[in-house]
Amino acid sequence: MTVGTAFHPRTAPLNAKMQWREWSGFFAASEYHDSHVIEYNAIREAAALIDVSPLFKYELRGPDALRLVDRLITRDATKLTPGRVFYTPWCDEHGKVVDDGTIHRLDDADGGQVIRWTAADPQYRWLRMNAHGLDVDIADVTERDAAIALQGPLARKVLEAATGEDFAGLGYFRRRVARLAGIAIDVSRTGYTGDLGYELWIPAKRAVKAWDALVAAGEPYRIRPAGMLALDVTRLEAGLVLIEVDYTSAVHSHIPAQNFSPYEIGMGRLVDLAKADYVGKRALLAEVAAGGPARRLVGLDIAWTDIEALYAAEGLAPYAPPTVSRAPVPLQAGGRQVGRVTSTGWSPLLKKMIALASVGVAHAGSGSRVQVEWTVEAKRRLVSATVVDLPFFDPPRKRA
Amino acid sequence: MAERYDAVIIGGGHNGLTTAAYLAKAGWKTLVLEKRHILGGATTSDEIVPGYTFSVLSYVVSLLRPEIIRELELPRHGLDILPLDGTYTAVPGDYLWRRDDHAATMREIRRWSKSDADAYEEYGQLMADMARFIKPILGIVPPDPTSIDPRDWLGVMGLARDFARLPERQQAAFIGLMTMSAADFLDQWFETDPLKATMSASGIIGTFLGVRSPGTAYVLLHHYMGEIDGAFRAWGLHKGGTGAIASAIASAARALGAEIRTDAGVAQVRLSSSGDRATGVVLESGEEINAGVVVSSADVRRTFLQLLEPGVLPEDFEAAVRRFKFRGSSGKVNLALDALPTFTANPGGTEYLRGAVSISPAVEYMERAYDDAKYGRFSRRPYVDIVIPSLVDPSVAPPGKHVMSCFVQYAPYNLAEGPADWENQREAFGNTVIDTISEYAPNLRDVIVEANVVTPWDMEKEWGLSEGNIFHGELSLEQLFFSRPIPGWSRYRTPIQDYWMAGSSTHPGGGIMAANGRLAALELLKAKKGKVA
Repeated sequence: MTVGTAFHPRTAPLNAKMQWREWSGFFAASEYHDSHVIEYNAIREAAALIDVSPLFKYELRGPDALRLVDRLITRDATKLTPGRVFYTPWCDEHGKVVDDGTIHRLDDADGGQVIRWTAADPQYRWLRMNAHGLDVDIADVTERDAAIALQGPLARKVLEAATGEDFAGLGYFRRRVARLAGIAIDVSRTGYTGDLGYELWIPAKRAVKAWDALVAAGEPYRIRPAGMLALDVTRLEAGLVLIEVDYTSAVHSHIPAQNFSPYEIGMGRLVDLAKADYVGKRALLAEVAAGGPARRLVGLDIAWTDIEALYAAEGLAPYAPPTVSRAPVPLQAGGRQVGRVTSTGWSPLLKKMIALASVGVAHAGSGSRVQVEWTVEAKRRLVSATVVDLPFFDPPRKRA
Repeated sequence: MAERYDAVIIGGGHNGLTTAAYLAKAGWKTLVLEKRHILGGATTSDEIVPGYTFSVLSYVVSLLRPEIIRELELPRHGLDILPLDGTYTAVPGDYLWRRDDHAATMREIRRWSKSDADAYEEYGQLMADMARFIKPILGIVPPDPTSIDPRDWLGVMGLARDFARLPERQQAAFIGLMTMSAADFLDQWFETDPLKATMSASGIIGTFLGVRSPGTAYVLLHHYMGEIDGAFRAWGLHKGGTGAIASAIASAARALGAEIRTDAGVAQVRLSSSGDRATGVVLESGEEINAGVVVSSADVRRTFLQLLEPGVLPEDFEAAVRRFKFRGSSGKVNLALDALPTFTANPGGTEYLRGAVSISPAVEYMERAYDDAKYGRFSRRPYVDIVIPSLVDPSVAPPGKHVMSCFVQYAPYNLAEGPADWENQREAFGNTVIDTISEYAPNLRDVIVEANVVTPWDMEKEWGLSEGNIFHGELSLEQLFFSRPIPGWSRYRTPIQDYWMAGSSTHPGGGIMAANGRLAALELLKAKKGKVA
């Protein structure tokens, strides 16, 4: 049975329309308000609270904790000094992505390193299997620690008001400890919205108290809880992929076409081929030596005028669905299918129909013209689209 | 003048009825002869206690081939499969309840082992891939290994090609499945004892092997190939008991023109004067029936050693029949209940009882159960697979009352004192099963209205299942595919012309698949070029 997260006593009464979805066995609000659009606006214009507690969270402790990280991720973990956070994929031995997530180096303790590892899918067994011979303790802290994303241009002001601490010095993808309403928490400058924002890691038992403190401090800044629908729009604008939507984990793939290397999902810049050996490195070297994979992740700017024309041809006013579609759709060029569109949605800020797509390398270059299947009144048509660089939306405040 | 049919089918179980339906569909004048008073054979429902309908022997359905459901339009004839959702494993002081809710199942397994929860998904993924790979075997006629006709090998060649295309990891897993014990195979993924024990149980059902015996891993896969409505691995209950499946097939067969007679046991197959061709049957009543073709859906021992007069079979063939392993190892206890039993450790409510309830607390428990059987005793603490169909199908019990079906292993046909001693041990066996369950559900005895105990000896005497084997012969690797039932005779033919076999002794084995009956009919029609015999 689906259960509530540690914030459920607060989020449940707020979910006025009872719009829940399931996320790793937990209830996650789809939207709290009359429409998720106002929540989207909170993320982009003010501040929003997003309950991300269902993320799988592991704590690695011991003299070899960092070695285990380095053995698995595609980035050079020796550079993961205390206080830093990596976003990274990790691969199986065939160089195919198992999952992606953030890896946080906490402060050392007891003569060893302490790592917080977050993931979309369960990784306990994978971590344990790869820890063979290493002096490291692996704990699943998914239910021990609640997590909340505080995102939006005013997020820093809310966090500073709530903690009474200064966060101007906490750079992008850095973390530190803090106190919130007397609770020892950990704060990372991370998020899934592509905006200024933080993720707060809070003992689950104190989650409600922490929520109340954030809401009280955020009130002058018009803070709102935001659900998954709003988050999906922002992550699309930020060009961030979603596992099992934009790619399939190597663990769940049934056929070769469902396997993705980091180079195929826009994570090539996160692959370090010079670092010490790690799971999948040899396969990734071979892939690069062979000229790289045949398909790439791209952003699409879909011609709204074409969509308008399709509606006009039916005698209808144009319609842009307000939520992100996760239905895979054929992508064509020159009358042939050359890929698939995986996430499609309207960007209220950019006033554009945008999408993430997996496309053959010949059509993956910025500026390439392709066509996307678009259905109006149950008639399948094609609309034109242009390949563009990701992310679609990248405000300076994200890193400032 | 005796009446003449194009085909007479011996045995009105699901396979015999299926063969009849397909032959009738091809326009053959077809007659089914069933020894018992009701149809179904081991696929039978019977109101043994007034108001309570038991699925006396087979009790769940999953492997029934979808093409048969379509081709015979079985839903129109009453096929109605209800969901059997979840497996509750009783453990002293605790339980493990897996069900049709991914999050809940993950949380439950994580309660036992976080690693096992992750592994459970990987294992499920691998087995689904394996089943998808191996499943086409169920729908093809095995080739004759001595044949050089390339057409015979087309299906197998496709399989070999598919195998070569499998990722290395899956090839290795496949080899493991073909050679390992169920317990060893599962050890590669899991550490939770009740989880491994319960999963390993499907590796031993219907075999005289233990969970640590090599070869049992394959049987795991055999049970993983179950499919309902396109969903792999789904198991269900039939409304009104499994006998209603036979009724549906019988109804389809009748609608297609087949005649079906009960209380019509066949004493012998009649042969031509030269002794090498079947010409009809003689009933136990003495009645003679002529037929162009005789098809036996009885098991091989019955088909060749009891229905034919001695000396008509080639010696090597007859020797192979005698070697074919039955070794029945299971029994059945059917209980009529006044109320539901309550398991001491439970998650609350009664929903945990709506699926399978398994007494398989540990791998060692399973292996010890086998130890007893090896030396000719029924297990002092047996593996029990329980279902309570009345929870999803109220039609099988009076309102508020329940029927409880307990599949029990091991109950070896060959007791140390000989199989006939089951007459003396039946009651003790039934009590052992009830005592075993009572250790986890202490109120069981208080709610029993009546118990019906079926031993392997009863299965042989009453249902004609040789040595009480529920699959018409063990599902061990050496007795499968082109070796089932006899190497060189996997294609439903026999050394006697116009005498065919269609029962579960043939490929692809038992488990209410009805594939045997269909493939036999199709093979027969092909041999006769569709023309009536």
